[in-house]
Amino acid sequence: MNIAVLVKLVPDTAAMIRLNGDKSGIETRDLNWVLNPYDEYAAEEALALVEKHGGEVTAVACGGDDQVEALRKVVAMGANNAVLVKREGEYDQLASAKAIANAIKDRGFDLIFTGYRTTDDDSTAIGPMVASLLELPCVTEVNKLEVGDGTLTAERNIEGGSEVLEASMPCVITAQKGLNEPRYPKLKGIMMAKKKQIETVDAEAGDIRTATTTMDYPPERPAGKIVGEGVEAVPELVRLLREEAKVIE
Amino acid sequence: MPYHALDYYRLDEQLTEEERMIRDAVRSWVSDRVIPKIDEAFRDHFFPQEWIPEMAELGLFGPTLPEEYGGAGIGDIAYGLAMQELERGDSGIRSFASVQSALVMYPIYTWGSEEQKRNLLPKLARAELIGAFGLTEPDAGSDPGSMLTTATKVDGGYRLNGAKMWITNSTIADILVVWAKLDGVVNGFLVEKGADGLTCPETTGKWSLRASVTGEIVMQDVFVPEEMRMPDANGLKCPLMCLNQARYGITWGVLGAAQACFDSSLQYALSRPQWGKPIAGFQAVQEKLVHMATEITKGQLLCYRLGQMKQNGTSSFRQVSMAKGNNCRVALEIARIARDIHGANGITDEYPIMRHMMNLESVYTYEGTDTMHTLIVGSDLTGLEAYKG
Ligand SMILES: Cc1cc2nc3c(=O)[nH]c(=O)nc-3n(C[C@H](O)[C@H](O)[C@H](O)COP(=O)(O)OP(=O)(O)OC[C@H]3O[C@@H](n4cnc5c(N)ncnc54)[C@H](O)[C@@H]3O)c2cc1C
Ligand SMILES: Cc1cc2nc3c(=O)[nH]c(=O)nc-3n(C[C@H](O)[C@H](O)[C@H](O)COP(=O)(O)OP(=O)(O)OC[C@H]3O[C@@H](n4cnc5c(N)ncnc54)[C@H](O)[C@@H]3O)c2cc1C
Repeated sequence: MNIAVLVKLVPDTAAMIRLNGDKSGIETRDLNWVLNPYDEYAAEEALALVEKHGGEVTAVACGGDDQVEALRKVVAMGANNAVLVKREGEYDQLASAKAIANAIKDRGFDLIFTGYRTTDDDSTAIGPMVASLLELPCVTEVNKLEVGDGTLTAERNIEGGSEVLEASMPCVITAQKGLNEPRYPKLKGIMMAKKKQIETVDAEAGDIRTATTTMDYPPERPAGKIVGEGVEAVPELVRLLREEAKVIE
Repeated sequence: MPYHALDYYRLDEQLTEEERMIRDAVRSWVSDRVIPKIDEAFRDHFFPQEWIPEMAELGLFGPTLPEEYGGAGIGDIAYGLAMQELERGDSGIRSFASVQSALVMYPIYTWGSEEQKRNLLPKLARAELIGAFGLTEPDAGSDPGSMLTTATKVDGGYRLNGAKMWITNSTIADILVVWAKLDGVVNGFLVEKGADGLTCPETTGKWSLRASVTGEIVMQDVFVPEEMRMPDANGLKCPLMCLNQARYGITWGVLGAAQACFDSSLQYALSRPQWGKPIAGFQAVQEKLVHMATEITKGQLLCYRLGQMKQNGTSSFRQVSMAKGNNCRVALEIARIARDIHGANGITDEYPIMRHMMNLESVYTYEGTDTMHTLIVGSDLTGLEAYKG
């Protein structure tokens, strides 16, 4: 089985994000960077499949040299190959997806995994866009996967329940939390990853058609409200929680 | 509560990619596996056995050794960072890794026969064998040269007699590195569990390092075959060199404990209102937080520079003494300030503070007491050996 995993380096999810001066982006100076947590599920699934069925895993990232670190993390987990689709400056989702699709289209992958979202931009677009550009089926937010001979069965959560889909391969799968327990990279793996040759290809992306103009912090939470005191206040509290806050049913 | 590590002087920029990756891998494992279980282990006084194969799988035992002996060939700075992350979880778990790596695998690697190395090191790396290091005795602590344990040459090997005390992991160890005097010279022996005349009773009643087992090694005419003496381990300098390795790991480790206390203090102070505002807004509390952050930062720089010198092979044991002494001292002080900032909450196990503080009391004393490290640096500066009788 020949599997690609599309990965990205993102700010540590525990980090306090600050915006830059003109609010056009985030202040990157003091950040610790990690592999996008959803890409870890993607990588784990790919590695486990190859351990079971044989084959190779190729980690693919699109971006500047900083993204090499994301690739090395997946190699440290056990991936066989790593490809950096190198681009300069900011891309939008479509440009990134095109660059990735162009870089992988002739490599004969049976499966392409990626996280269903990244914890930074949160666009959830890359997986489906790459699938469309390559004219491949795509199952998003997968939390359970069985791979058979040329087909796969994927389970995903939908509003109020779950859904099981069958798809032909090659296929793009975007990973949701719960798909597996990602392994920790071993110290030996990390030392080996350091020596790994990273293949670099230039991005072929076309025009960039969207651009971020501003970012902002979430609105301050309004002050709490005291509904009343003692047991008598409970019915009113329940009513407000159900009708206004809509947090109970 | 997610953990925020302090990096005020952006040491991260100095670290290599693999150093950061190793640090992050150990940090995640500690967050996922150690933090949820550690309070129970500490309270009920046990070391969770399931951590042992997981640590071996990560590669935390003997990681600086070459791969052919089961290591990962990582550098000293990466090793230090791994120790820092383990001790952010608990000093007990860092102690486990220190003993296995610095006090058991290191001497076998350095003074063992090729056969001992090929035989034992990969098994120790995979934790199929657990090791312990027996130097301290009831009457020989800071002055290990005064040890009473002896080895006598007999047919095909040696007979060992004596008692070791305060030995981490002695009760669960498969192989004990025991230091004993052979014709008046300290030698290193590898004593196997189950040997006739060997008992390892557990030390109970500890208020510190409760998630780490400590015991004695009592030897009555224990036979050790010739091939289990480390051929090149002759002289007191050998156990002292082991301690030097372990102390280096401790200098990083205790900063992990200090960071855990600082992180908890900062978050607590920001969320605890008194007089209508977070206590972090009062000058006296800020002064405490800044003091903690400053000492952590100074400690980090000490560790990093020491790590560089160790990697170049130019560090001396005296420099290790300065760093071990300083970092244990400030870590303990930081734990106490953290306790203060947490008010009454600081005494409970809802916060990691008292656990770290109690642990650090051991770390302050083992691997050379605070005073001994001061006197080692003192003798270097003045040329006068104040610790000698
Ligand atoms: C939890 C724990 C685990 C341990 N694990 C191990 C282990 O795995 N293997 C092992 O071999 N040992 C181990 N030890 C033992 C440890 O290394 C010793 O406790 C340490 O070396 C100090 O020795 P001591 O306790 O006999 O104290 P002592 O040497 O009796 O010291 C008592 C006090 O006197 C001071 N003092 C001593 N000599 C002088 C001097 N010349 N001048 C001024 N002050 C002096 C000391 O600084 C200290 O304050 C462990 C200890 C603990 C607490
Ligand atoms: C074992 C135990 C038994 C107790 N028994 C009793 C009891 O029987 N009855 C009872 O009423 N109480 C009791 N207490 C509560 C005790 O009196 C309080 O813990 C103490 O007053 C501190 O309050 P706090 O814990 O809320 O800490 P906080 O007031 O929240 O203080 C936290 C930290 O902030 C600092 N701080 C707070 N305000 C300022 C400021 N303005 N400027 C600078 N620094 C500031 C404090 O010095 C401290 O370091 C007990 C506590 C303990 C631990």
